[in-house]
Amino acid sequence: MSVRWWNKPLFWPLAVFGLLLLLNLIFKPEFFAIRYQNGHLYGSLIDILNFGSPLAIVAIGMTLVIATRGIDLSVGSLVAISGAMACLTISRGDDQHALSLVLTAVLLALLVSIALGLWNGLLVAGAGIQPIIATLILMVAGRGIAQLITSGQIITVTSKPYNFIGAGWLMTLPFSVYLAAAVFLFAAWMTRKTSLGMFIEAIGCNPTASRLAGIRSRSILLAVYMFCALCAGIAGLITSSNVSSADGNNAGLWIELDAILAVVIGGTSLSGGRFSLTGTLAGALLIQTLTTTIYMLGVPPEITLVVKAFVVLAVCLIQSPSFRRSLTRGIPWSPAASGQEVSRHG
Amino acid sequence: MSENRPMLQMSGIHKRFPGVHALNDVRFRMFAGEVHALMGENGAGKSTLIKVLTGVYPVDEGSVEWEGRPLHLRSPLEAQQAGISTVYQEINLCPNLSVAENIFIGREPRKFGKISWKAMNRAAEALLAERLNVKLDVTKPLDTYSVAVQQLVAIARALNISARLLILDEPTSSLDRDETNKLFEVMRHLKKQGLAILFVTHFLDQVYEVSDRITILRNGRFVGEYLTDELPRVELVQKMIGKDLELLGGMPKRTAAPGEAKPPYLRASGLGRKGGVEPFDLTIGSGEIVGLAGLLGSGRTETARLLFGADRADQGRLVIEGREIRLDSPRKAIDRGIAFCSENRKTEGIIEDLTVRENIILALQAHRGWFRALSRRRQEEIADEYIRALDIKPPDPEQFIRNLSGGNQQKVILARWLLMNPRLLILDEPTRGIDVGAKAEIQKLVLSLSGEGMAVLFISSELEEVVRVSSRIAVLRDRRHVRHLTGDDIQQTTIMQAIAGG
Repeated sequence: MSVRWWNKPLFWPLAVFGLLLLLNLIFKPEFFAIRYQNGHLYGSLIDILNFGSPLAIVAIGMTLVIATRGIDLSVGSLVAISGAMACLTISRGDDQHALSLVLTAVLLALLVSIALGLWNGLLVAGAGIQPIIATLILMVAGRGIAQLITSGQIITVTSKPYNFIGAGWLMTLPFSVYLAAAVFLFAAWMTRKTSLGMFIEAIGCNPTASRLAGIRSRSILLAVYMFCALCAGIAGLITSSNVSSADGNNAGLWIELDAILAVVIGGTSLSGGRFSLTGTLAGALLIQTLTTTIYMLGVPPEITLVVKAFVVLAVCLIQSPSFRRSLTRGIPWSPAASGQEVSRHG
Repeated sequence: MSENRPMLQMSGIHKRFPGVHALNDVRFRMFAGEVHALMGENGAGKSTLIKVLTGVYPVDEGSVEWEGRPLHLRSPLEAQQAGISTVYQEINLCPNLSVAENIFIGREPRKFGKISWKAMNRAAEALLAERLNVKLDVTKPLDTYSVAVQQLVAIARALNISARLLILDEPTSSLDRDETNKLFEVMRHLKKQGLAILFVTHFLDQVYEVSDRITILRNGRFVGEYLTDELPRVELVQKMIGKDLELLGGMPKRTAAPGEAKPPYLRASGLGRKGGVEPFDLTIGSGEIVGLAGLLGSGRTETARLLFGADRADQGRLVIEGREIRLDSPRKAIDRGIAFCSENRKTEGIIEDLTVRENIILALQAHRGWFRALSRRRQEEIADEYIRALDIKPPDPEQFIRNLSGGNQQKVILARWLLMNPRLLILDEPTRGIDVGAKAEIQKLVLSLSGEGMAVLFISSELEEVVRVSSRIAVLRDRRHVRHLTGDDIQQTTIMQAIAGG
């Protein structure tokens, strides 16, 4: 059975992505302008990569969680906690510019994130709580924790090395882009070069059969939630270091929803099973491009969210085979569609 | 019981699905005030017949006459309105609503547009007392009651005013003895009120206890309709399985069981699980094929699941290779060299989202751990080797397993476990739903594996197959191991007698 080109998971997000670029090409050709200045590249495309990297990193962790038939709503709060933890540590240091202090802060922030991921994993895999509820706990409580860490204030730091994480440049590109690439490559290597990816898909697709095949689903679920939290922690470092401050209230707000969207647009089903990290990356890029395009085209800020919602709705609808079928009703369609209905009687 | 005129008369019923003739010229009738048992093995067409009768599927051919008039059902709702009500095996009620709410959900008694709770509770109490002869506090949530009582509530819900025929699909499968008795009391009570009850069960004892009439289906065909009192148990089993005792007399016997002297690979003593299978003793030696025979639901699968650690035994001992072990997870069993091909290929065997190659290496990779991944090349070698050895079609390791036919999916699962090189292979209905050629291949494979020293536990509904491959057979009835057969006793006749009991 050959897959038609419009059924390939990557086709639709890339098509919409291309459409957005075309829109920009027609109305805002300067969108594609890239300037080289002081050894740095500047331009809208670079901005998309730069501002999109926290989202991409969070979405990569989210992809694995969703592939196990789970979901992690707490990533936004983890972004805030991680940034708060790092900024607090740095602000208490004697010399904020000391590399050792920044490294300690980063390590501490990531360890706290992983520990909170372990908490999520224990609730899901140990206590058997539904993922959406289990992670909702930390989503709500996590904001509180972040504010406790910052004592309700916005902590500002002046550390140069810390600022480099989210605002530095390396070999003409923003440093955060390298971080996103590293997380992506690491996740891809872990899931495709070891058997982790296959086990994750097996657990998400058929937990009963996986158990009977002898897969340790509990430890894999723990690992996946911990990795997702680690991703959120890294994104939190980028976000807070970019503005050299930690805002427990607003950092990473609603990023979980954008991340889930990126995963779904990328072709990973919310019901678990097969996942695509490349798809997620495309989804995250699409969302960020959309946001940037809306600003560039001068859409009034009060309706940007509505525009965004419509585009996302369109992407989701067009990816649904039954929706496409209803659009073309009356035209003889592929026999696969009727075949599905028949097999239900079996 | 009025013999004169049936309340329901179905004749010449045909129902076809792509590739399957599910009902082939079936007839079926029911009289008012009788309990009618519908019997047949898996795939006999019982559930299709029920679905046709309740309007879930339209009939392709044939006529249905209901209370003297032709009946054309287009939906389950129409069936209910006509007076045909069904209680399905899985109770579909709301556990956190009260008993009364569950009974009247969607048709609550109203007063000026408001639900009248008082009237509803009173009506629910009256309904339970008068029609079922049970007294309950109907204001308590349903989940405060046992499964048996919930079953009764489901029946009460099905009994709206117009109900004339009640269909009970496996109502006793999750009930214990006392609860079953209570249900039977209720059934007899309803029968006296002139209700016709269609009863589907796998328990022979219960059929003889409560039913007046039996209709048997086999492979989608009508076998016969009998008064329960006039049909001996052995004959019922023969008709369900489709074998004549006289014709089977001279089946060739297998040679004596090998390896009697060696200590067995596995010895279970008093192993059992409440609600699963009653305590049993079983030994399996290396190189030996032990068959489990019995009707569906008799405890065969439950036995296998205990030996694989898929369910935890709550009593008894299990000794593997001389050492006692508590199996509380499949992992532990796999580590001890046990493999288990489940009868539910779809829900417990294949991983639909994965390819044939991935499905084959899954158990081995799980055993090695996630980090020690088999190289892609090694995976492909393994997949190719087993695709060739078991003749899996299409011979494409990168094909998604969901696109394969049932028989080929079965072979993939078999490959998954053979790859583990198990000491004990448990096969639960390995040949169900696959074609004759593939069947013979799998039987041959099982024989040659045992020849190489593998212990095999072989479960099948097809007696012929069990007799052919097994050197010893344990027969189960109603969740009990009732007989062990060896040597010359391994014949379809003796198995059937043991299944029928008496």
